Amino acid sequence: MLRLPTFEYYRPKTAADAVALASEHGKAAMYVAGGTDLYPNMKRRHQEPRHVISLQDLPELHAIDVRDDGSVAIGAMVKLSTIEHDPHIKEHYPAIAHAVREISTPLLRNMGTIGGNLLLDTRCTYYDQSFEWRESIDFCMKKEGAICWVAPGSPRCWAVQSSDTVPVVCAMEAQVELVGTDGTRQISAVDLYQDDGIEYLTKKPEELLTRLILPAPGNWKSAYTKLRRRDTYDFPVLGVGACLWYAEDGTIEKANVRLGGAGSYAMPATATEELLAGKQLTDELVAEAGKAAMKPARTMDNTDLDVYWRRKVAPVYVARAIAQCR
Amino acid sequence: MTEAGDKKGKLLATFQVNGEPYEVAFAPHKTLLEVLREEMELTGTKHGCELGECGTCTVQVDGVPILSCLSLAVDAIGKDVRTVEGLAVGSDLAPLQHTFADLGAAQCGYCTPGILMAADALLKENPSPTRDDIKEYLAGNICRCTGYLKIFEAVELAAARMRGEDAEPSKESIYGS
Ligand SMILES: Cc1cc2nc3c(=O)[nH]c(=O)nc-3n(C[C@H](O)[C@H](O)[C@H](O)COP(=O)(O)OP(=O)(O)OC[C@H]3O[C@@H](n4cnc5c(N)ncnc54)[C@H](O)[C@@H]3O)c2cc1C
Ligand code: SF4
Ligand code: FES
Ligand code: FES
Repeated sequence: MLRLPTFEYYRPKTAADAVALASEHGKAAMYVAGGTDLYPNMKRRHQEPRHVISLQDLPELHAIDVRDDGSVAIGAMVKLSTIEHDPHIKEHYPAIAHAVREISTPLLRNMGTIGGNLLLDTRCTYYDQSFEWRESIDFCMKKEGAICWVAPGSPRCWAVQSSDTVPVVCAMEAQVELVGTDGTRQISAVDLYQDDGIEYLTKKPEELLTRLILPAPGNWKSAYTKLRRRDTYDFPVLGVGACLWYAEDGTIEKANVRLGGAGSYAMPATATEELLAGKQLTDELVAEAGKAAMKPARTMDNTDLDVYWRRKVAPVYVARAIAQCR
Repeated sequence: MTEAGDKKGKLLATFQVNGEPYEVAFAPHKTLLEVLREEMELTGTKHGCELGECGTCTVQVDGVPILSCLSLAVDAIGKDVRTVEGLAVGSDLAPLQHTFADLGAAQCGYCTPGILMAADALLKENPSPTRDDIKEYLAGNICRCTGYLKIFEAVELAAARMRGEDAEPSKESIYGS
């Protein structure tokens, strides 16, 4: 049996207590939400916290609130299966409902949370392996080793951003609320991430993610498309989050297109975004905008499926996401 | 829940499994799967990948099907845990167990406890699922033997019988077409 390493387990009753515990134990502590990312990682000895702090007893993290300004605050501990079936989210944020439904399997979505999904560890074929597998070729720099097996000359880790919701959440310019030792702050979701396979988050380790805040519905439309081998279980090999804002006359005022599964953060497809802005969305423009995403989708060979084929089909998935924002 | 004095670092707690109390001592880092199999001797729940990738460890906690390999036992204290051992009433098999046996929906049988617990939860939520509903609901349970078709047919037949219909398997599903 593949067993968890031993650890001290806590279930604090307030956010302040959770943060205090996390800062007391520093690097030796980690939060756990649904555990569907953390526990497999602990079983394979990628992450070995001596102190595991469960967030299940923090009631305010379990609610979905529609606010007066029309925005929606989703508590970090809300289960993926709750979001997927929530009538308000389904009606006003179909791209979020769809992205959530594309995550893993129904059983895992009964356990996994939106907070855990936003903070999901980055992935790589040389990392997401058993301890013995990694030991046999020698550990890589993301855990214990000195080398990167994907790019042996590289000074950095290229592990891949693999959450299905992150590209959409970033494209629609959602916000996240964080609670730390100095109080609460709200930042743009985009600013939670950075381009590094190991230090992929900008937040402090003890900072608690409390809410995801989706912007009020308005003159914008968002979509998500996902490429993977099987239609269940598999992480995105490419995940395209798109969001278009329209003027009264139907001109695109602004476009955000973010690529998941392509780099260590949800990369902007800048050329695509620039091409779309100020234009009417025609079939020709959709196809052209898709092709313009070829360059940022220059992925490394560290996820599933053939890397050259992945680059070739990226424009198709980008075009499909843009077309769905019509 | 108390510290079990004589067994260092272990907790002593009573779980409700299939409606019965089980008092066991276990370490807090143990998964529900480990405690069910190794402390309660309920070995009906199988261990496969132990990483969330197969579904054979599926049990119900407060009616919701979840993976016992990625849940801590300590979090199941005070909850209603159901495993495959709880499906039959005495020696009477549940309708799903009958149809799985009759239609050959279990071959090696390793996936079966997990699939039964997921399918049972589905039929409680939705007594008349379509083929697509069943496929979607069971998308986290891998079977390497049956090719799934017999599983879908067995769930459909059990659903019909549980709705009180006098349903029989089609000839094709028993003898092939
Ligand atoms: C077989 C399998 C397939 C999967 N497929 C997919 C997939 O297709 N797409 C996908 O996106 N994911 C997938 N996942 C990953 C995972 O199930 C989901 O991303 C899930 O949403 C993670 O949420 P969780 O609550 O279980 O996270 P946890 O494992 O509890 O936590 C994940 C990380 O976030 C931290 N954390 C969690 N909540 C907070 C918080 N509120 N504040 C601060 N830190 C926090 C934890 O410390 C940990 O580092 C898969 C997992 C498995 C096992
Ligand atoms: S990209 Fe390189 S360093 Fe990062 S996980 Fe993969 S092999 Fe390891
Ligand atoms: S043993 Fe739990 S999912 Fe495979
Ligand atoms: S019957 Fe053998 S794995 Fe399903």
